[in-house]
Amino acid sequence: MEKQTQMMTEAQKKENKKNFRELQAFIDDTVKPEDPQRALMGVLHKVQNLFGYISQEAMDYVSERLSVPTAHIYGMATFYNYFSLKPKAHHKIHVCKGTACYVGGGARVLNRLKKELEIGEGDVTSDGLFSLDITRCLGCCGLSPVMQVNDDVYVRMVPEKVPVILKKYRSCCGHGIGHNGRRKKTKAGKKAVAA
Amino acid sequence: MSKQITMTIDGVAVSVPDDYTIMQAADSAGIHIPRLCYHSKLSQFGACRICVVDVEGMKNYAPACSTQVKDGMILQTHSAGIRKARKVLIELLLNNHPRDCQVCGKSGECTLQEMAESFGVKSDEFSFEGERKTFETDRSSVAVRRDSEKCILCGKCVRVCSEIQGANVLTFSHRGFRANVVPAYNLGLGESVCTNCGQCINVCPTGALLEHDNTEEVWHAIHDPNKVVMVQIAPAVRVAIGEGFGNEPGKDMTYETVTALRMLGFDIVFDTQFSADLTIIEEGHEFIRRLTQKGKLPMITSCSPGWIKFCETFHPEFLENISTCKSPQQMMGAVIKTYYADKSGIYPAKIYSVSIMPCTAKKFEAARPEMNSSGYQDVDAVLTTRELIKMIKEAGIDFNRLKKSEFDHPLGESSGAAPIFGATGGVMEAALRTVYEVVTGKELAQIDFTDVRGLEGIREAVIPVNEIEVRVAVTYGLANVHKLLTEIEQGKRQYHFIEIMTCPGGCIGGGGQPYPAGEAEALDTSVYEKRAQGLYGIDERKVIRKSHLNPDITKIYQEFLKEPLGKVSHKLLHTHYHARHPKGVPARIKDTVNLFKAK
Repeated sequence: MEKQTQMMTEAQKKENKKNFRELQAFIDDTVKPEDPQRALMGVLHKVQNLFGYISQEAMDYVSERLSVPTAHIYGMATFYNYFSLKPKAHHKIHVCKGTACYVGGGARVLNRLKKELEIGEGDVTSDGLFSLDITRCLGCCGLSPVMQVNDDVYVRMVPEKVPVILKKYRSCCGHGIGHNGRRKKTKAGKKAVAA
Repeated sequence: MSKQITMTIDGVAVSVPDDYTIMQAADSAGIHIPRLCYHSKLSQFGACRICVVDVEGMKNYAPACSTQVKDGMILQTHSAGIRKARKVLIELLLNNHPRDCQVCGKSGECTLQEMAESFGVKSDEFSFEGERKTFETDRSSVAVRRDSEKCILCGKCVRVCSEIQGANVLTFSHRGFRANVVPAYNLGLGESVCTNCGQCINVCPTGALLEHDNTEEVWHAIHDPNKVVMVQIAPAVRVAIGEGFGNEPGKDMTYETVTALRMLGFDIVFDTQFSADLTIIEEGHEFIRRLTQKGKLPMITSCSPGWIKFCETFHPEFLENISTCKSPQQMMGAVIKTYYADKSGIYPAKIYSVSIMPCTAKKFEAARPEMNSSGYQDVDAVLTTRELIKMIKEAGIDFNRLKKSEFDHPLGESSGAAPIFGATGGVMEAALRTVYEVVTGKELAQIDFTDVRGLEGIREAVIPVNEIEVRVAVTYGLANVHKLLTEIEQGKRQYHFIEIMTCPGGCIGGGGQPYPAGEAEALDTSVYEKRAQGLYGIDERKVIRKSHLNPDITKIYQEFLKEPLGKVSHKLLHTHYHARHPKGVPARIKDTVNLFKAK
């Protein structure tokens, strides 16, 4: 937990503080003092949506405010797939390992990504920029192997394309993708990026 | 208001209240339905399905633990279909369970093992080659070790920790194949808010939860020619150890245990009851000082290490109220390596000090950094009653045929006030016997304080000592403790002196005591009552029944300590505790947990 805060940049720390203030206001508004435990699920949803994940710091805070033991909160937070205990990355990479993509060499693409990012499946890079996950079929098997970064699909992938694509997202601001991983709105409302 | 209904279980007509479950009805009729997740003292769970029964007119088999009885209900507890269903359930559990019974610490006392055998599960009838869950064993705690691979997710540990102990250390995390029982944030037990009480061990049906085994290092010290191995045994051990050798709970086997300890190779055998008397002198005088010199009140006892950690973690605002006295175990440890070392001329570094305790939290207490006042670790190793039984069996000692022998001097003599430390209310009673006589200078007319005895969750009494009406309270079980402390904070309760014990029934129900044999189950009233009777019996048989009249206590003050709360006592016998992180949030306040009806 402390490590997480230590690793934060000043801007992130500021945002974290802001989020806690909003969480505090949410609990003040919605939680009934006579039965605070009942509000746990709603409060965890709020935490997930505010921070993008549920940190130990947030669970400790919710525990104190709602007088729910941290063990119960941890149990609930790990039970539901909707909740994440790790910070989500700015850019979420999914590599297809469905049948067609697998046969077409998806594994080689995956290995290259692991090498470039220095992380394994299900992990997030230490700078919080990329996450790497496996997916099963993106519905375009004819164009295999396929990978996806955020909402952008890259088709007929070869390992050599990996560094080029990653570079785009590393300097993300110039490519219409905000730091939050969401697409910036363009005037035309068109998709800003194509492979 | 419930009314009586009549039903038929296995052809036997049974009359029970209509709010009973099938399980309760069968139990009251003396019919034992197999169970893994059900426990009569804990909330309903309905997870294991081993207790399914065949109810006439019902489409599916019904779980007995969570199906309410109905008038005219007819059911079978072991029809052909039920037997088959149970066998399959056990097979499924075994498929995801390590097959290492021979080397498992719970072997012979494991419910799962017992069921597999009694249901006739044969290894050649089911073979499973698929993936099994893999978890690392949690050895972070010096008191409790958790092997998640052996866990069958019955949830009894989670419930006892929350409902009886109010500590909520454990939870189910994740789900499906990854489901596990862990403390918050997947911390090790040693880093968590765990109080080390060991009640989870007592209710665990498999070997998933066990005490941290220290027998090997004790054997090592015994075999080491350069060590002088000294041992002390706690009051609650002597009335429970016999259970490991087929005796009734409560049978006093003090002096057989002394013989056994010598045969095992311990050089000197002392009695924790001596230091219990010493605790009463120090704690009694501390109480008198607080009472007469406007010190912090209520004063709370400090003998139970589970309670100490609970207070540090959950209620640090009460740390000033805790008596500064160390527990009898630690007083003995400190005295052995100073007073006795001097007296006998044994160099303290050569002394290996072992204690036999009914308790897992004592392992944690002995390892605390506060407990080095002799210049060495005061107590080197702590064994539970169960571990000592194991050592005696390993050595091939026929415990039931042993001759009696006496403790060594000068730390082996005790008064009748000392054995009752092992039962809830005992420390209070022992302290009152001394406090009354020291303050008033008069002899007590009635030595038995029966108001503080018994097994009710929270007990109170008012004792007139000179002009002061001393209000005392006694409680056990950390959920009750939390309730009591909260109500004190709210101003609803006011006391001068409180005795707090972590475990149900006091030390006799400790996390290191033998697993109940035969019909008895964990947290069983009848077992606790018999063990308590055993201790009160020892008290009654003693000629001297007040700590301040113990001649060896007088002697140690003359020769070494000089005066209660004096300079030497302060250095060796007293300590302070500090607030801990992570700070825990205890359970919501419920009613007082009364596992046992007041008699």
